[in-house]
Amino acid sequence: MIELRDVTVDYGDRRALAPFDGSVRSGEWVGVVGPNGAGKSSLLRAIAGLVEHAGDIAVDGRSLVGARERDRAVKVAYVAQEPVIPYDMPVVDYVLLGRTPYISYFGSPSTEDRAVVSEVIDRLRLGSFARRLLGELSGGERQRVVLARALAQQAPVLLLDEPTSALDIGHQQQALELVAELREHQRLTVLSALHDLTLAGIYTDRLVMLDRGEVVASGAAADVITAERLGEVYEVCVTVDIDPEDGAVIVVPRRGFPADRDGREVAP
Amino acid sequence: MASTVDAQSGRLGSSPTRPPDHAEERRGDLRWFVGGGLLLVAAVLIGASIGPAGPDWWRVPLALLDRLPLISIDSGVTESQWAIVWKIRMPRVLLGALVGGMLSIAGASYQGVFRNPLVDPYLLGAAAGAGLGATIALTIGRAETATWPIDPVPVAAFVVAVVTVMTTYVVGAAFSGSRSIASAGVTLVLAGVAVVSFTSAIQTFVLLRNVEIVREVFRWIIGSLSRATWDDVWLVLPYVVISTVVLLLHRRHLDAFRVGDEEAATLGVDVRRTRLVIVVAATLGTAAVVSVSGLIGFVGLVVPHVVRLLAGAANRRVLPLSLMGGAAFLILADVPGRMLARPAETPIGVVTAFIGAPFFIYLLRTRRVM
Repeated sequence: MIELRDVTVDYGDRRALAPFDGSVRSGEWVGVVGPNGAGKSSLLRAIAGLVEHAGDIAVDGRSLVGARERDRAVKVAYVAQEPVIPYDMPVVDYVLLGRTPYISYFGSPSTEDRAVVSEVIDRLRLGSFARRLLGELSGGERQRVVLARALAQQAPVLLLDEPTSALDIGHQQQALELVAELREHQRLTVLSALHDLTLAGIYTDRLVMLDRGEVVASGAAADVITAERLGEVYEVCVTVDIDPEDGAVIVVPRRGFPADRDGREVAP
Repeated sequence: MASTVDAQSGRLGSSPTRPPDHAEERRGDLRWFVGGGLLLVAAVLIGASIGPAGPDWWRVPLALLDRLPLISIDSGVTESQWAIVWKIRMPRVLLGALVGGMLSIAGASYQGVFRNPLVDPYLLGAAAGAGLGATIALTIGRAETATWPIDPVPVAAFVVAVVTVMTTYVVGAAFSGSRSIASAGVTLVLAGVAVVSFTSAIQTFVLLRNVEIVREVFRWIIGSLSRATWDDVWLVLPYVVISTVVLLLHRRHLDAFRVGDEEAATLGVDVRRTRLVIVVAATLGTAAVVSVSGLIGFVGLVVPHVVRLLAGAANRRVLPLSLMGGAAFLILADVPGRMLARPAETPIGVVTAFIGAPFFIYLLRTRRVM
């Protein structure tokens, strides 16, 4: 479980995230949506300990504020928006990096660490290219390898910063399916920033929409994603349909200029 | 929404897998280390056997064997010939090994910790500082310092090198402040650029005020092993041993740095502290060896790359093999230095740069990323 109290992120004078309160229950998948610069990444990066922030962040009742990197890493695994890929590193070595928080400073990976890596590689069906170099993999395979490294961390919380933004629609879906299955299997708590609103609605339990660092809506996808709100927040012209069979929220872009915040037409 | 069937190739565990074989990996490492060790031994034998004066080259390995306990061979090497081998060549070979090995492992560590393939151990000012220190010491005059109990040139080179790198670190830390982890490494490199320029400017100024030492300073800067003594070997040995051990112990951390400072931090690495420890260790060793050898270039840049091209980029291999390969390379590079223009010496710095520079250009053409 993640609990956030008054979490604020400032970059110099610019406030990226206004005091944010909220929580993610154990085993829940919450999607963070919002336009570019809304504060999605800042929120995730604050939890991952990558930006300075005010307020308190706790995982399973333990505050992460001032925690050592190693203690944080066993609680929270983080998949960056654009992970740095060491092209000449074999897949198995890369996944093994996920065990870093469990290995003592001058120590070497234990048998258990290697067993965990083997298990994760098996689970994500990476065995056939475990010895290959990362530079030889396709984008979709690479995404799975990055997820594998995060899973090898065996942290209860998984943070995904737009995990599918570089993938085509097929690989996007495969990656999200994988997260869904892993969440169920490992009882992970997932917090992810997502660009695609339709996918965000389908895969997550709950959405939080941010705009300019503030929460503008949160709750079930159908309540958060409305044509009117998207027009306001994204300045986009869309219709939002609900699938009568399964209630999925489907966002369909339409032609035309949306009204801007003051109700004026935005000039081309 | 009904046709989602085949989109799930990411589905969990249903195909046979080939579990990574750790024992095989270890055997591979061992083969490389044995190979590196043999190369080093061969280099030492060649370095000890070839020179402008002394016994026939093939007698030297026999004479060395003869010195081992329980072995007695008549090598035909006279006492005076043996003195040339043992008192002149041997310290030169061993100092070459220490300098080459240290610069290479330090270069590999610097390249790893800054995730930059174009970096050498002189990045943060070790060379510029050593050069300034040596220049200042040389202004006193060789005639004057010949009577001193210790030679002030290596001492000044070492001290100013260490102070220069410390300055870079303090400047870099002051300006990265509370900014993100990712920017701290870049700030440090930029601070290095500034401090190196500043240090070089001071050195140029001192030189212009003392033009009579230009020749001497130039000879020092280009690097040479020709005046190596056993004292030099014993002087730098502890520094090399300590920094090498510290760097080897951080090979796993250097692998974590390969995913970038931020991701390394989320994996539990204390990025700033670990980088500091690695840089301090690499700098102390580098400053110690350049203080006696001068600024031998390209070894620290090129050898780690050759190792990566041959044995892969995992630092559990790169660091030990850079150590052995760098040592062997410098010993061998010193041989033409002795022989090309005999009885005069071609400084080893000229030879390494002569081999290193074209190789570096080749590297730039062929290497994609680190």
